[in-house]
Amino acid sequence: MLSQQIFNGLILGCIYALLAVGYSLVFGILRLLNMSHGAVYTAGAFMGLLGASYLHMGAVPTILFAMLLTGAVNVCINRAVLQPLREQGAANITMLISVTGVSYIIQNTLMLVFGSQKLPFPKVFDFGSFRVGGVLVTSIQVMIVLVTVVLLGALGLITKHTRTGLAMRCISQNPKASNMVGIDVRWIISFTFIVSGICAAIAGYMVSGYYQLVYFTMGTTAGLKAFAAAVLGGIGILSGSVVGGILIGLCEALATVVFGGEYSEATAYVILFLVLLIKPSGLFGKDDVDEKV
Amino acid sequence: MKQKRFDLAGFAGRYKLPLLLVLLAALAAVPFLGLSSYVVRVFCMVFTYSILTISLNFVTGYLGATSMGHASLYCVGAYVGALAATRAGCNIWVSLVLAVLVGCLAGGLLGVCTIKLSGSYMTVTTLAFAQVVTMVAKNWTSVTNGTLGIKDIPKARLLGAELTVRNGGMYFVGLGLLILCLLFSSMVIRSKYGRAFIAVRDDELGARMMGLKTRNYRLLGTVISGALAGLAGCYYAYLTGYIDPVTFSFDISMTILTMAILGGLASLPGSIAGAAILTVFPELLRSLDVYRYLFFGFILVIMMRLRPQGILGSVKAARYTLPKGVLRPAAAMEQGKEGT
Repeated sequence: MLSQQIFNGLILGCIYALLAVGYSLVFGILRLLNMSHGAVYTAGAFMGLLGASYLHMGAVPTILFAMLLTGAVNVCINRAVLQPLREQGAANITMLISVTGVSYIIQNTLMLVFGSQKLPFPKVFDFGSFRVGGVLVTSIQVMIVLVTVVLLGALGLITKHTRTGLAMRCISQNPKASNMVGIDVRWIISFTFIVSGICAAIAGYMVSGYYQLVYFTMGTTAGLKAFAAAVLGGIGILSGSVVGGILIGLCEALATVVFGGEYSEATAYVILFLVLLIKPSGLFGKDDVDEKV
Repeated sequence: MKQKRFDLAGFAGRYKLPLLLVLLAALAAVPFLGLSSYVVRVFCMVFTYSILTISLNFVTGYLGATSMGHASLYCVGAYVGALAATRAGCNIWVSLVLAVLVGCLAGGLLGVCTIKLSGSYMTVTTLAFAQVVTMVAKNWTSVTNGTLGIKDIPKARLLGAELTVRNGGMYFVGLGLLILCLLFSSMVIRSKYGRAFIAVRDDELGARMMGLKTRNYRLLGTVISGALAGLAGCYYAYLTGYIDPVTFSFDISMTILTMAILGGLASLPGSIAGAAILTVFPELLRSLDVYRYLFFGFILVIMMRLRPQGILGSVKAARYTLPKGVLRPAAAMEQGKEGT
């Protein structure tokens, strides 16, 4: 029972990690809390639904379809809303409110198009289940872990070992100097949004396949928890977000066992509280994050 | 060439006294116009949200720390008011005082939790605080009655007469509380404390160098904020007669924050304007209920694009320019984007 819960928590943690990385990527480069990320995740789930249930595509084309559309949505947010603001030299809080507005727009557009009721999502990656030492493992859970590991690994490789990744790290340190040495800052920012959108789409698809449900407010709590996870690990630091996400998933599952389901909702925040009291910059955060939100 | 623009804040500043008197007279007349009690209730909600927005402004506007959990302090006030009324049988005035006191405590607790933090860390902690408060309200069933909420909060009374929305009593209570809040806030902001808040917001390190105990001021700011939010919460509890944890969700926190920004941060008239617009507008859109939040989102996005300082916020202060060659990271960032 306990080991099963821990395993389930790990799966949940993977999803949080995928989402938290999206927050961290954008924060690292723009110093912006991307409050629309939860809504983008919902959009990803609905795009998956569109592909799977309405267009009757297979699993892989559906994921690609969702990734493409969600990435596009994220780029649109950047191009249409954030870029003009940056060029105006807007304050950070202005952008924060703008993306909050965007999240309302996305959520409610989805609600208007697909309706406000919970919709069934087809089973994905259903190849049966097996037991490992008393823990029931389903194929979708295996897929979630695999996809998370592969995706986060790829992300790590991109940021650490490619020229684009180098450019991303440059911009997060000093955008002006990056621009002067010939980095296409606009493109790199768009790229970051594409990647963060892709992560959100995959997380959305996986979660809806896991619970076989999609609804337009699914991104609110998940988004907030992932946000807490990103801050817990030290926002802007990718490995920190992954650890934060998995930690929160695990603690939530444990809290369900120990205190019961109704208290598990707030576990993420309680942990965040405690960690920030002791280490104000998050688990892996640097103290000199110069930012004002 | 400087383009000449109509400066609303400047205009209001020049004709302050007559404008205020006209406004007060107009407001005092509202309940006697024979409006439906629904309209009067909307006015009451505007008062509630105005107080909340002013209270948020102490943290976000004057101290510069974005709070995404302001509904928590509101929630505390409402529960204290409701419990004082239903369990201890207090009248509205005692409840209000209690709510303010407990609001101070809650604000102080939030302040202690966030005192070491800045920026996003501070923001997410306020958010976490709000979630924890909601969880307590939901699960501490023996006191808060859980998700069912507290029903049958008695009506407010004054000299034996029942104050309701219908007879305008609650309207005047709300108006009175709002005026009290405004007086108190403008007094605080013009005192040395207010100037200290602004100094902390603009440059915390600099303020500390000037000998300000910045942490004490930040704590004081959250305590004041908690007190005002508690007041608003208690008033709300008496106004509706029923509260439950769902009323004080994350959406409410964001709504309050949006009101503050829409009206103009660090501006008291702005707070009221923001609260009024974002309370009345959704009510007008009630017939288009499904599109309500869609419009809401568009308003936010468009508003931030066209007038990011808010409706009544003025961009009076020229930004301090650093000596040549010295760039703040944030400024460097903006310039970097401009250059592309």
